[in-house]
Amino acid sequence: MAHIGNGSELVILEQVKKHYPVTGGVFRRQVGAVKAVDGVSLAIHRGETLGLVGESGCGKSTLGRLILRLERPTAGKILYDGRDILALSRDEMRPLRRKMQIIFQDPYSSLNPRQNVGRIIGEGLVIHKVGTEQERLDRVRHLMNVVGLRPEHINRYPHEFSGGQRQRIGIARALALQPELIICDEPVSALDVSIQAQVINLLMDLQEEFHLTYLFVSHDLSVVRHISDRVAVMYLGRIVELADKAELYRNPLHPYTQALLEAAPIADPDRKKQRQGLTGDLPSPLNPPSGCHFHTRCPKAMEQCRHAAPRLKENGDRHWIRCFLYGDEVDETLG
Amino acid sequence: MTKLLEVQNLKTYFFTDRGVATAVDDVSFSLDAGKTLCIVGESGCGKSVTALSIMRLIPEPPGRIVGGRIFFEGTDLLTLSENRMRSIRGNKISMIFQEPMTSLNPVFRVGDQIAEVLELHENMKGPEAMDRAVELLRMVGIPSPESRIKDYPHQMSGGMRQRVMIAMALACNPKLIIADEPTTALDVTIQAQILELMDELSRTTGTAILLITHDLGVVAETAQHVVVMYAGRVVEEAPVKQLFHDPLHPYTRGLMRSIPSMSDDQRRRLEAIPGVVPSLLALPVGCKFNDRCRHAFDRCRAEEPPLTAPKDGHSVRCWLFH
Repeated sequence: MAHIGNGSELVILEQVKKHYPVTGGVFRRQVGAVKAVDGVSLAIHRGETLGLVGESGCGKSTLGRLILRLERPTAGKILYDGRDILALSRDEMRPLRRKMQIIFQDPYSSLNPRQNVGRIIGEGLVIHKVGTEQERLDRVRHLMNVVGLRPEHINRYPHEFSGGQRQRIGIARALALQPELIICDEPVSALDVSIQAQVINLLMDLQEEFHLTYLFVSHDLSVVRHISDRVAVMYLGRIVELADKAELYRNPLHPYTQALLEAAPIADPDRKKQRQGLTGDLPSPLNPPSGCHFHTRCPKAMEQCRHAAPRLKENGDRHWIRCFLYGDEVDETLG
Repeated sequence: MTKLLEVQNLKTYFFTDRGVATAVDDVSFSLDAGKTLCIVGESGCGKSVTALSIMRLIPEPPGRIVGGRIFFEGTDLLTLSENRMRSIRGNKISMIFQEPMTSLNPVFRVGDQIAEVLELHENMKGPEAMDRAVELLRMVGIPSPESRIKDYPHQMSGGMRQRVMIAMALACNPKLIIADEPTTALDVTIQAQILELMDELSRTTGTAILLITHDLGVVAETAQHVVVMYAGRVVEEAPVKQLFHDPLHPYTRGLMRSIPSMSDDQRRRLEAIPGVVPSLLALPVGCKFNDRCRHAFDRCRAEEPPLTAPKDGHSVRCWLFH
């Protein structure tokens, strides 16, 4: 794979699959599988923000959880800083866990309501036995300052904060152990518009200050465009397009990417609405369409799209595309 | 010509143990047949309470409509008996909510739920109502409606359920549909389908739409006229093009600047509005936006500005334009 392997990668995924078994009948036999992630190969470069977009159920959050080894893939390889994290024991994994953190979408349910802010932010420090109690307290106060919370609120509980402030608590918690990689899973989707901008700015400032690498998972195309360096588009478990941000938004190749961009509402009443739009719903990942998963909704579907899955291949400079419109190669690894 | 809907000086307050929350305070706007009006604002700005007030669905106590009038086809809805109101609700005015799963009854088939509305308001009998239900589902773009009417809500996707809600809202050919964040829970490709459908319906049937949203993109694509709310007040009101070309209120301007652009690849900082949306129980004195406004001066902290119209058809509540 040419988009993998020039030495700057922090994370490399090779043919990663996550299939959840579905059981049925009296004997709970496996009757099928949800292919949440279906053969994803991807690299995240040090210091970059890789945007990952797609609709609900496309597997984008599962992909984030696989990288953190919160879930184990069914097949494939995940390398973090050159090490195969799936081969590591729990003890070997522990120092790596400090380096990768996650920020969740919902700042209401991702914070323990019975713990005060100091405990929430400092919990990782305690678990990893960092410093003395006083040093930990100082670090928590410092982190609160960094993310724009008032350190004197260290003894308050999550319900005493607004949604945006709670997301700042989640960010401070993620920063506590000085990570290299942060998986941002829809971090601003639950926030009000005026607060979203504050949190996006904060994430960008922190990236610069602490040299962070982000995997930014979101369904919001304009937020992803704003914050990312490269963008990957996912549909039913597969990456269908991947390119530098400017290239992807200016020259989307995959019919699905084109439809997504067309569907996104734009705050400009003068823009001509040229929505031909997609018909139909996202198919169930339990029983996805044969061949190219998108052929049931694709305005340009051809006969071969029904029978075989196209291979992800480079079409022009660093622009990766999985579609028969741009070549006939079949992906033999996908059933 | 009388307006289809005219809300005048509406005040809806909530009386809680911790004080009185002025959820909607002196809100006025009007809507003509066949048009779409958007109320835009952030959480707690009073947009949903305004909608529920029009439907007379404010939970009482703790809430109460303490002032104003709501004229619908010339009749003040606030003076009607609960019985008369019930015959208007779902009939002449219907409502679509954000989460279709919680507004559909999970233990009844969707066909029966639509037919029930028709039997109640249109005096239709069983088979006739079922036929009309099929027709309505076809109209909102549900494939093979003859078999889908036998589905339970959980057997449908989110987009399908929202279509069922729209079909139900349309069942009695309402004059007005109030849609409260109807596409917020949906994916963008499905959202585009639903917005297109609502647009088509208002053009073909003349139904007026009051659309409540926090999404300026949705506003730009659907509305002819926009009301911006903040902390229970209308802070700006204008035709949609005017509002986007020449936003006056610092809050409206801030909102527009804080959304990332879809045509700009620069990784610049967004111009965020500082601070947080204030609690309705502890609003600042004077202009409710003064603590987050970079233009605020002494008068803003002392006295609340009135809604004035510095331009034709474009009003704003701000001392800068007074």
